[in-house]
This record gives sequence, structure tokens and C-alpha cells, in this order.
Amino acid sequence: MSLLKIKLSFSGGIELLFDNIKQKSVEIPSSINPPNSTTMKDLISWMKDNLLKERPELFMSGDTVRPGILVLINDSDWELEGELEYEIKDGDDIVFISTLHGG
Amino acid sequence: MGRLCVICDKERAIIKRPKTGQKLCKECFYYVFETEIHNAIIDNKLFKKGDRIAIAASGGKDSTVLAHVMKLLNERYQYGLELFLLSVDEGITGYRDDSLETVKRNQQQYELPLKIISYSELYGWSMDQIVKEVGLKNNCTFCGVFRRQALDRGAVILNVDHIVTGHNADDIAETVLMNILRGDIARLQRCTEICTTGDGCIRRSKPFKYTYEKEIVMYAYFKKLDYFSTECIYSPNSYRGHARTFLKDLESVRPSAIIDIIHSGEAFEIKKEVKLPTQGVCKRCGYMSSNELCKACVLLEGLNRGLPK
Repeated sequence: MSLLKIKLSFSGGIELLFDNIKQKSVEIPSSINPPNSTTMKDLISWMKDNLLKERPELFMSGDTVRPGILVLINDSDWELEGELEYEIKDGDDIVFISTLHGG
Repeated sequence: MGRLCVICDKERAIIKRPKTGQKLCKECFYYVFETEIHNAIIDNKLFKKGDRIAIAASGGKDSTVLAHVMKLLNERYQYGLELFLLSVDEGITGYRDDSLETVKRNQQQYELPLKIISYSELYGWSMDQIVKEVGLKNNCTFCGVFRRQALDRGAVILNVDHIVTGHNADDIAETVLMNILRGDIARLQRCTEICTTGDGCIRRSKPFKYTYEKEIVMYAYFKKLDYFSTECIYSPNSYRGHARTFLKDLESVRPSAIIDIIHSGEAFEIKKEVKLPTQGVCKRCGYMSSNELCKACVLLEGLNRGLPK
């Protein structure tokens, strides 16, 4: 099975759940859930199992990210990209920003 | 997924606006975002030429975007305002000291004068000391009451006419919910007002009243604005946090929920027979108060006497 190399970024306070790392390049299987291609939905649960350090309830709600966490795929609002159904491509740049922290 | 901006029909859309569902490109998003705030300012006649305005700046996303947008609109539309940054130092090690560094960078970036006013100098107590005394139960009450006064006192020192705060539509909707849940009719009335003035007290307004948090965060992200985002170490589980989660859940089902709740807050009418507390002034410090002593003086008295442990 081939691997997809992608870049993940965390800001707005959500990095605290990921060992305080702001950016990380990771390799994920191109088909986490064979025979289907890896989607955002697969990625989010993969992140929970492989990267998340604490309090999963602050990152996820059901099978998606918790409301109030913004997601950008290649600098575009994921709501324009199909959200959970988006199929990850090699080289994708995915950003998670929490809006839940004080202003 | 080919999709062009619905306004210019040229560039690729990068954001779906929560309020309208419109798909916009970066430049059109900036324009719409800034113009809506300008319209809120003009429609509500928030400022007059020559006004001296303090921007309440915490270093967080909302006030950082507010400082950026206020400076930009003041220049673009020639409001003729004199702008200042006003920050409160609550004295919280590992939180406010870091966020104040962000404010100091903003001061450089935006070239605005900055005044920092601290709880220690105003009240003789920092939040670190207060938490040591009262624990983690009611500490947010102290902080909230003290901050409100601190901003007013800082504004007097700066000799400004007006304070603007970064409260956004999500914050206001949250406050409406909290005031309904607590049955706080007097606050429910005031919390949706875009501009408030107490007796002899400095005007306060919220230019982001109609601005969604999502758009503020996206704007800060695309503009690469420098902001600070760590949760206060003393507020792990506040009442507001629950209201916020509830509101975000509603928004994910129906994005208009936020504006709808603000509208509901505005639509509540209080029967004429209902007696609301009348505003007077505190006998001790002269700050506006509906009781003999203002809340800050009552809290301070408790602290200075030493609360029963």
C-alpha cells in the first residue's frame, strides 16, 4: 500500500492537544479503510489514534472535529472541499484552528 | 471542485461565509468582512470625528483583528479618530504576561500608543494572589468585575471618549443564552446593545457585534495577524464554556443560529410593571453601581478582611 505525505498544522490553541507541536509532516496510508481512498474522515480518526496526546473530546465529536474547530485544506475552507468526504492527496496541507480560545 | 467567488466570478473561492453561505475568494472576503464592520460603525453612529478611542487589547484573536481593522477603516474612510491600545494586566503568570508580549508587538506593528493598567496598581491584588486566597471557584467573578472597572479607569487615564471591545457575534449570542439561563433581565436588555453608556461613564461599543468568530479567525489566518491563543490557566470549566459548546453545536446544524439568538435577545420586551435596578454610584469609589457599594468594592473588602477559609 502506498503512503501519502501530508503536512498538518495546528493553531489557535489546538496545538496543546498535540504535544504543543504547531506543524508536522506525516505519512499516512493512501487507503486507511480499503478499498476506499483515505478521506478527511479517516484522517481525523487516524490523528486521534496516532497523534492526539490528550482529551480526545476536545478534538472530536462523533466522527468529525468538534464544532468550533476550523479546518483548511490547501488554504481553503474545508466546507468548500467536501469536509469529511474529501479524499486526501499527496502533498496536501491541512490546517486545524481552534476558535474556542479566548479573544 | 471547481468553484469561483460569487462576487468577482474570477478567483477561486476559499471561504464559505457562515452567515450567508456565500463562497468568496480571499480579496472579496476581506472586502466584505471590512465593509460590514464599517457599515455597523456608520449605521449605529458609533464615532464622531476627533474622538479618542481606546481599543481594549488582550493580544487574543478578536482584539488583534479589531486593532487591525480599526486602524485600516480609520484610514480608508477618514473617520478622523485618534486610536490607542488599552490592556489590562490581571497578574496571571504564564498567561497574561505572555499575551501582553503579543500586545506589545501589536503596538509596534500598528504604531498605536499603548497603556497597560494592572490589577496590582489599581486594587493591590494580582489574580495570582487572589487565587491563592479564594481558590479556583469564584476567581472568574473577581477577574470579570475587576477588568470592567480597570478598562474604565485606564480610559480615564488615557483621556479617551470611548472604548471599543472585540466582542463578536458568537460572544454576544453566548451572553444572551447565559442571561436567559440565569434570568438576568437587566443584563439581557443591555447585552445586545452595540453601544452602551452608563451615567458619567465612558461609552463602550462592539464593532464586531454582527461579525462571526469563524470569519475573524479566518481573517486573522489569511492576513497572518499575530495573536495569542492560550486559555486562561484559571478558567478550566466556566459556565460560559458550556454555553459556548452548546452554541457551537447549534451553529454546526444551522449557521444562522448565532444571529438568530442575538435577534431573540433584542426582541425580548420587559413589561412596564417589572422593576429594574436603578443605577447609582458606589459610595466608596464613585463607580457606577446599583447598590450602595459597587461589586468591586464588595469583593475587595472581602479580600482585604481575609475571607473565612
